[in-house]
Amino acid sequence: MSEFDTAAAAVEAAIAVGARYADARVMHRRTESMNARNGEIEDLGQAEDAGLGVRALVGSGWGFYAVPDPSPAAAREAGAEAAAIAAASALVAGAPVDLLSATPVTDSWSSECVVDPLSVPLSEKGDLLVNVTAAMHRAGGDQSEGRYQVWDTRKWFVSSEGHRIDQHIRECGGGISTTVIGEDETQRRSYPSYRGQFGTRGWELIRELDLAAHGERIVDEARALLTAPACPAGATTVIIGGEQMALQIHESVGHAIELDRILGWEAAFAGTSWLDLAQLGSMRYGSPLMNIVIDPRIPGALGSFGYDDEGTAAGPRDAVRDGVWVGVLAGRDSASVAGLDYAGSVRSDGWSRLPMVRMTNVGLEPGPHTLDEMIAATDDGILMDFNRSWSIDDKRLNFQFGCEIGWQIRNGRRGRMLRNPTYTGIGPTFWQSMDMLSSETIAWGTPNCGKGQPGQTGHTGHPAAPARFADVRVGVHG
Amino acid sequence: MTAELDLAARVVELVRAAAPDGEAEAFVDTTALALTRFANSMIHQNVADETTSVRLRLHRDGRTTALSTTRTGTEALDDLVARAVAATAVAPADPGWPGLAAPAGLDGDSTVDDAIVAATPADRAERVRAFVDGAGGLTTAGYCQTRHTRAAFANSAGQAVAGATTDASMDGIARTGTSDGSARLASAYLAGIDGAVLGARAAAKARAGTDPVELPPGRYEVVLEPTAVGDVLEALAVMGFGGKALYEKRSFLSPGTDQFDQSVSLVDDPVGTGAIGLPFDLEGTPRHAMELVTAGRTVTAVYDRRTAALAGTRSTGHAIGGPFGAIPVNLALVRSADGDSKRPAESDGSAETDGPAADASVAALVAKVGRGVLVTDHWYTRVLDTRTLVMTGLTRNGVWMIEDGEVTRPLRNFRFTQSYPRALAPGAVLGIGTHAVTLPSKWSLSGFRAPALHLASWNFTGGASG
Repeated sequence: MSEFDTAAAAVEAAIAVGARYADARVMHRRTESMNARNGEIEDLGQAEDAGLGVRALVGSGWGFYAVPDPSPAAAREAGAEAAAIAAASALVAGAPVDLLSATPVTDSWSSECVVDPLSVPLSEKGDLLVNVTAAMHRAGGDQSEGRYQVWDTRKWFVSSEGHRIDQHIRECGGGISTTVIGEDETQRRSYPSYRGQFGTRGWELIRELDLAAHGERIVDEARALLTAPACPAGATTVIIGGEQMALQIHESVGHAIELDRILGWEAAFAGTSWLDLAQLGSMRYGSPLMNIVIDPRIPGALGSFGYDDEGTAAGPRDAVRDGVWVGVLAGRDSASVAGLDYAGSVRSDGWSRLPMVRMTNVGLEPGPHTLDEMIAATDDGILMDFNRSWSIDDKRLNFQFGCEIGWQIRNGRRGRMLRNPTYTGIGPTFWQSMDMLSSETIAWGTPNCGKGQPGQTGHTGHPAAPARFADVRVGVHG
Repeated sequence: MTAELDLAARVVELVRAAAPDGEAEAFVDTTALALTRFANSMIHQNVADETTSVRLRLHRDGRTTALSTTRTGTEALDDLVARAVAATAVAPADPGWPGLAAPAGLDGDSTVDDAIVAATPADRAERVRAFVDGAGGLTTAGYCQTRHTRAAFANSAGQAVAGATTDASMDGIARTGTSDGSARLASAYLAGIDGAVLGARAAAKARAGTDPVELPPGRYEVVLEPTAVGDVLEALAVMGFGGKALYEKRSFLSPGTDQFDQSVSLVDDPVGTGAIGLPFDLEGTPRHAMELVTAGRTVTAVYDRRTAALAGTRSTGHAIGGPFGAIPVNLALVRSADGDSKRPAESDGSAETDGPAADASVAALVAKVGRGVLVTDHWYTRVLDTRTLVMTGLTRNGVWMIEDGEVTRPLRNFRFTQSYPRALAPGAVLGIGTHAVTLPSKWSLSGFRAPALHLASWNFTGGASG
C-alpha cells in the first residue's frame, strides 16, 4: 500500500462516517543534530518519525487524529476517529465553517539540494565542530559551541476534494557561538546569527558559512564586550543589522499578519494582533520604504515549499506595500471567515500536529542604501546586531529586543563598541520611523518559531537587510 | 512487565546481539494526548494522537549516538539498532561519556487517574462548555487537555524501570472589549479541572479590568498571582538550577549561600501524591523529592549523568536529553514556615473571591500593600543575562493598582526588566500566599507549583504605549 493509498484510506473513512471534508498527510521525517562544546562532542542525535495525521470537518466542527506508522486498518480507524472528534466539537459550536474553494492538484515537488546533508560522513561533521570550538576555546572563549541540524521530510497529501501531492523538503543549518564569563555578567557572540543560518538547502549551506574563519573573531569581540561601556539609555537614531532585522520582521510583522491571530483564534495563548481587518488596504504600517512580501517560493529560504499543508500552491503576496498593510498569512478556513480570496500559509510540525496558519518566507524587499551609507549619514546613533533576547506583547505591538553587540556612531563613523544594547518600541511607530534601508539582503532562517497547542515548531524565512530608525528608545536595563 | 518495558528490553537485547561490547540504554514512552481548543466561545481545534517513541543511546569504542523512532515493528527496531551501530562507529569521540545508570529501584510511583485514561472528546468538550457558560456571556478562549503517558527504561547494565503518569489541564481567558482575565490549572486528576469555576474566575478578572489606565513605569511593590509566579519558577528552573549552567558559570546559583529570602524554600518533587511526571528520568535514574533551596539558602543544582560527572557529583534524576543539561521540572515554591509538609494546600473553589484577586490567599496579600500593583500573569519573558537572570517581559490578563490594601483601579499592561533572583533576595519577599496552584507547562511533562508572592519591588520599565 503506497503512502497515497494510506492517506486516501483515512480520508475515505472520515467521509464515510459523516465528514463533509477531510484531508490527510502521511509524513516521514529524518532528523540529525550535533552539538560540540570546547572541542568535544556533547550530543549527537538522529531521529526518525513516520505517521499519518487526518483532519475532518463535520458540520462546523474540526477534528484531528494522528497515528504513527499506520497499517491500512489503522489509517481507516484514524479517519473515523478524526470525524468523531469533530462531532464532539459541535458541543460548543459557533458560526458555520466553510473552506475557500480550491482546484484539486496532483503534483510532486522537491526543494533544491546540492549535497545531501545526511550523506555527509558524521566524522566530517564532527571534525568541523570539534576543531572550530576547540580553536575558539583556546582563543579565550570560555564556552564555545558549534551545532548543526538537518531535517529530511517526505510527505504525501490527499484531500477529499481530489488533491494528491507529494513533497520532499531537505533543510539544513548551523552556526557557532561563544560565551565569555565576566565577574558579574556573561557576554556572547555568535556567527552567522545567534542560532545559526538555516535554509531549504543541503550541506553546501554549512560549507559556505566557513565557520572556522569566524571563530576567533567572535571570541575577541565577546571578550572586548566584557569591558566595553554599556549601551547608554535614551532615545536616538538606531541602525539595526540584517540578522536582528530578520527577527524584528518575524516578531512585529510576521506574527501580526497571521489571520488566525487577527480573528481571535489564538487569543488565549499566542495572542491576537493589533491589526483590524477593516483597515486592510488602508492602514499605514510603516514608512514608504517598508515593503513586506510573503513568498514561499524563494529558492533555499527556510520557509519555502511547493504546496502548503492543505494543498495550496506556493505563491507570492504583498503584506505591506509602500508602508500600507495589504495582505495576511491565511488558510482556507480563516480566509473564508475573513472574506478573503487567498490562502496558502497553513503548515504543520509533522504528521501528529494539526495544520495551522504559519509564516512561510516573510521579508523586506531591498532598499536603496548600503550599511556604509547609513553609517555615513548618521551624526549620532547606535548600530546594533545579532539577537540576544526578544520579547513582544500579545498584540505584537510593544517589543523589546536585546542584541549581542553595538557600536556608537558619531559623525558618520562607527566608533567604540557598546555592551548589552537593547531597544524598545511600538511596532507601527517604529516602522514608520524607518528612513533608510539597505539593499544587502539575506534570507535568514528561523527554525524555532513556536505556536499552537499542543506546541508546534515552525521553520520560517526572513529576507532582511540593515535599516535605520529614528528616535528609538535604547539602553533599557534591569 | 508493561508493553513499554518489554519494548525497551527488546531493543537492549537487539543491541547486545549486534554489538556485545556496547553500552546501550532504551527509553520508550507511549503518550495519548488530546487537546480541545476554543476561541470566540466555540471549539475550533480538537486534536488527539497516541504515539510510541523509542530512544536508543549507544556508547561503543569511545563514541556515542542517540537515535529515536516512532516505528516500533520488528523490522523498524532491527533497522534502528543497525543504524545506531553504524552511526556510532563513525561518530566523533565522546570523552565525556558518563556510563550507564546502575540498577536501582524507584522511590515512588506517579499518579495515574483512570478518568484521564478513559477521557473522551465529549469529556473535554463538556469542560469547555462549562468554562464558556461560567464566563457569563463574555467571549472566551483557551483549551482543555488530557494526557496519559506510559514509559519504561532498560539498559545493558541491568537497570529496568517502568511507570506512568496522567495530567489534565485547562487554561482560558474571558474577554471584554478592553480587558482579558485568565484562569489556569493543571491536575493529575480529571476531577481537579472544573471548567465552570475557571470560567467564572476568568470572567471576574476581565470584568474587574475594564477600561484600564496607564501608570508611569517605575519600581513598584507587587503582588504576583500564582500564574505569574509560575513564570518566575520556570525561569529559575531552566536558567538557574541546571547543573550544567552552574558548572559553566552561566547561572546565578551559588550553593551554600543565602540567595533568597528566608521565607522561601524551593522543592522539586516528581513523585509525591498528585505530582505530574514520571518517577525516573531519560537515563533511568530514579527521581525523588529534593530541596533546592531551604529557608533562603541555596542547597544544590540538579544533574543528569553527564553534567554530574563534570561537576564531580551524582545524577539527581533530571536528564531530559540533548545538550541543554538537566532542569528541575516539578519545582514548587513553598513557605519555609510550612515545615515538613513542603506542599501548601492547593487552591479550590471555596477560596475564590469575586473581584480581581485569584483567590482569598491573594486577597490577603493585597490587604497588606500600601501602594503597589497586582499582577495576574507574565507574558513572553526572555533572559537578558543568565548570570544575573535579568528577564524582560510583559504583564497580561489583568493588572491593578493597589492602594491602602485595596484594589482601586485596573491598569494597562507594563513591560518589566527585572532580575528574578533579586526580586526574591533576602528581605525582598514580604509575603507568600497560603495556597499554591499547579500550573500546566507549555513544553513538557511537568507541573510547577506556585503560591502568590508579595514582593518589595518590581522594575516596570515601560508602559503599554512604550
